[in-house]
Amino acid sequence: MKLDSREPNYPLSEMWDKHRFDVKLVNPANKRKYTILVVGTGLAGASAGASLAALGYNVKSFCIQDSARRAHSIAAQGGINAAKNYPNDGDNVWRLFYDTIKGGDFRSRESNVYRLAQISTSIIDQCVAQGVPFARDYGGLLDNRSFGGAQVSRTFYARGQTGQQLLLGAYSALMRQVNKGNVDLLTRREMLDLVLIDGKARGITVRNLVSGEIESHAGDAVVLATGGYGNVFFLSTNAVNSNATAAWRCYKKGAYFANPCYTQIHPTCIPVSGDHQSKLTLMSESLRNDGRVWVPKKKGDNRKPNQIPEDERSYYLEEKYPSFGNLVPRDIASRNAKEVCDEGRGVGASGLAVYLDFADAIKRLGETTIKEKYGNLFDMYERIKDENPYKSAMTIYPAVHYTMGGLWVDYNLMSTIPGLHVLGEANFSDHGANRLGASALMQGLADGYFVIPYTLGHYLAQTDLPPVDINQSEFKESEDAVNKRITKLLSINGNKTPREIHRELGKIMWDYVGMARNEEGLKKALEEIPKLREEFWNNLNIPTTVGDLNKNLEFAGRVADFLELGELMARDSLERSESCGGHFREESRTDEGEAKRNDDEFSYVSAWEYTGEESAAKLNKEELVFNNVKLSQRSYK
Amino acid sequence: MSEEKTEKNINLTLLVWRQPNAEAKGTMQTYAAENISTDMSFLEMLDVVNEGLIKSSADPIEFDSDCREGICGTCGVVINGQAHGPQRATTVCQLHMRNFKNGDKIYIEPLRSKAFPVVKDLVIDRSAFDRIITAGGFISVNTGGTPDANSIPIPKANSDMAMDAAACIGCGACVAACPNASASLFTSAKISHLALLPQGQVERKQRAQSMVDQMDKEGFGDCSNVGECEAACPKEISISNIARMKREYIKAVLS
Repeated sequence: MKLDSREPNYPLSEMWDKHRFDVKLVNPANKRKYTILVVGTGLAGASAGASLAALGYNVKSFCIQDSARRAHSIAAQGGINAAKNYPNDGDNVWRLFYDTIKGGDFRSRESNVYRLAQISTSIIDQCVAQGVPFARDYGGLLDNRSFGGAQVSRTFYARGQTGQQLLLGAYSALMRQVNKGNVDLLTRREMLDLVLIDGKARGITVRNLVSGEIESHAGDAVVLATGGYGNVFFLSTNAVNSNATAAWRCYKKGAYFANPCYTQIHPTCIPVSGDHQSKLTLMSESLRNDGRVWVPKKKGDNRKPNQIPEDERSYYLEEKYPSFGNLVPRDIASRNAKEVCDEGRGVGASGLAVYLDFADAIKRLGETTIKEKYGNLFDMYERIKDENPYKSAMTIYPAVHYTMGGLWVDYNLMSTIPGLHVLGEANFSDHGANRLGASALMQGLADGYFVIPYTLGHYLAQTDLPPVDINQSEFKESEDAVNKRITKLLSINGNKTPREIHRELGKIMWDYVGMARNEEGLKKALEEIPKLREEFWNNLNIPTTVGDLNKNLEFAGRVADFLELGELMARDSLERSESCGGHFREESRTDEGEAKRNDDEFSYVSAWEYTGEESAAKLNKEELVFNNVKLSQRSYK
Repeated sequence: MSEEKTEKNINLTLLVWRQPNAEAKGTMQTYAAENISTDMSFLEMLDVVNEGLIKSSADPIEFDSDCREGICGTCGVVINGQAHGPQRATTVCQLHMRNFKNGDKIYIEPLRSKAFPVVKDLVIDRSAFDRIITAGGFISVNTGGTPDANSIPIPKANSDMAMDAAACIGCGACVAACPNASASLFTSAKISHLALLPQGQVERKQRAQSMVDQMDKEGFGDCSNVGECEAACPKEISISNIARMKREYIKAVLS
């Protein structure tokens, strides 16, 4: 299949406006005849569900959590970008567009990113109207702060819990539609298959996580907003239930998976404390506004941080990147942390940590101000580490945080399966090979509030959609396949728990498909992962009471999919022998050690096509065309 | 492995509420938790116990959790009679085992209330909270057509107070801690958040009335100013929000 991005043929700055005029509309009286299945209730899913319901569509909304308010968007801390230029510091749509394209290391589609920057300003208006309590200054107007990869302050925030407040805004909009009877909200449901009829997405098969029942739901289109796949690594900043199963099931039904190798390793997480660890905790990037990152100059210097004098410290980001300093993009900050630790200058018991120091900021601004800005983050650090960050430098280390790759979508956010639309982190579209801080919230809400309401109508209006119901054979076949797989998982009776196998997969992924990758390691991963998958299907041990709430069964199903997705990530990493953004191939670096792109050979999106259990995935390419920005070696010096 | 501290491991006895499903009768059962690192979180300790149970072909203890950084509100159990356990302003996923001593006996129960039926073991059904929000915990704006975000200045003090209330994570600890099983702290936090902002004024009365009525309908008790909710709240939501809710409600029904 030829990949058609369906970019409208207009100049960039007019593209979205003219496209919105070109799209077909669904008559208000006809909207109620359509049922839209929205999977996931994070920022993208909740905003899409609320907006589509407000337009008059029948919406069925699904989430795995016990409440729509708990999706993992809630954990986003630092903020949301928008080109409002309230601080009068030179921001505009063009600059946000350029920063995002450059931050993504020129591996994203110009048209999608420009639209994102355009829409960004409406998001803030929408959220304020919903009552999102963004931070304000004493004049009562909105406050902004800076994030990595930008030299303007365009990040809106609500203390250290911006994601929570934005999600509660979207959740309240969704619940308002539940109140009006426009949304049927089904919680504790996990999507386990996509149902195609005549080649179009017409339904989903879900498992009721309380009763264990398998249910079919039919509709006219499916909107998938199920987040990213960072939990392939076992340890990540994702929630313990975050998973790739819904997206992976769609891949196996014909949706292409784009750029699986693009994963983001966040530089400021709390270091691992031991094997018992179930997840990693992020300390917001906003801390790099005031915190200074350093390690001792001397290897193996194990003095306490405040006993190491200034001239024996290396503030390596400030030294190496004077114009961006501690606010270089995430991929660069992470790689530099790894480098200094690999040199033996890491700190902490494991030597796998660097300092994030607020001593200067506290001296300059006072403890009260710091507390106001970052209080909840400091408290969290103290609870986890049992150390007071006001008194002594924090230790941080990079951890898997976000996945830029995801299901391939066109300009209308539709996948290669007609009717299956993919929003938020679950798609690949806007962040290229590296996402800038505070841009995930922007994208999730842009897709849900302001893109899908137009583009979904366009699809519905021009598509013949005869009525379907769940008694059709396609639904029964899907239910049978789902049941068969569950029975198989429950009948293995082996010795290893899903968590044990997941941890082993995580180690392979972190060692060979992590912050730095090379041909030898990737080939090793491609040998190890299938072996582990084999072991999983022969030696899994899970509790066997089916038809009941069984979290280990849920978990096992997700690990089974991670074991396949992990292999595709390694293949994609191997195939892309250039470095770009979060994908760092050791073989491809500049003289200064930075990621070196190879635009002649790799200026494309890798879109992988499922070809069956026995055959390897097929690589399709969407060439990236840059008409508006000049490709350059990224420099933050 | 945390630096400058000697990691020590402890042994504990757990008494855990086990209930196979909503209809079944539950019992407290005893488990040994051995060789527990004090750097673990409480839920990581339960993970370790569960791994052992699976290995010995026993049913693991089911409990809910998700973000494990204290913000999603999914987790929550009662530990030795205290919702979310002994550490103030801390969810159970952020509670670390350094708060316990070798040899401790720990009672673990679900967040109990008539309005929160047990689903299984420590997993409860908190959908009553969603229904309270559905009754009016929102500002009625459709997507699009909203004024510029800076068109309505909001005094910082009001905005900060609204944020303090909006920080509620909906975990339900307040209900479990209250002798009347009241959802007043939860409900009042949302009513306050929106009543404190200019955007929330239009529906102010109707919101207070609908949400409070729904809270009653769900079977939560009334507030009698005991204050246990505030003490148990992992986000330190102030009980003064309840006073505001009462005022809002009276204003709504009497005018």
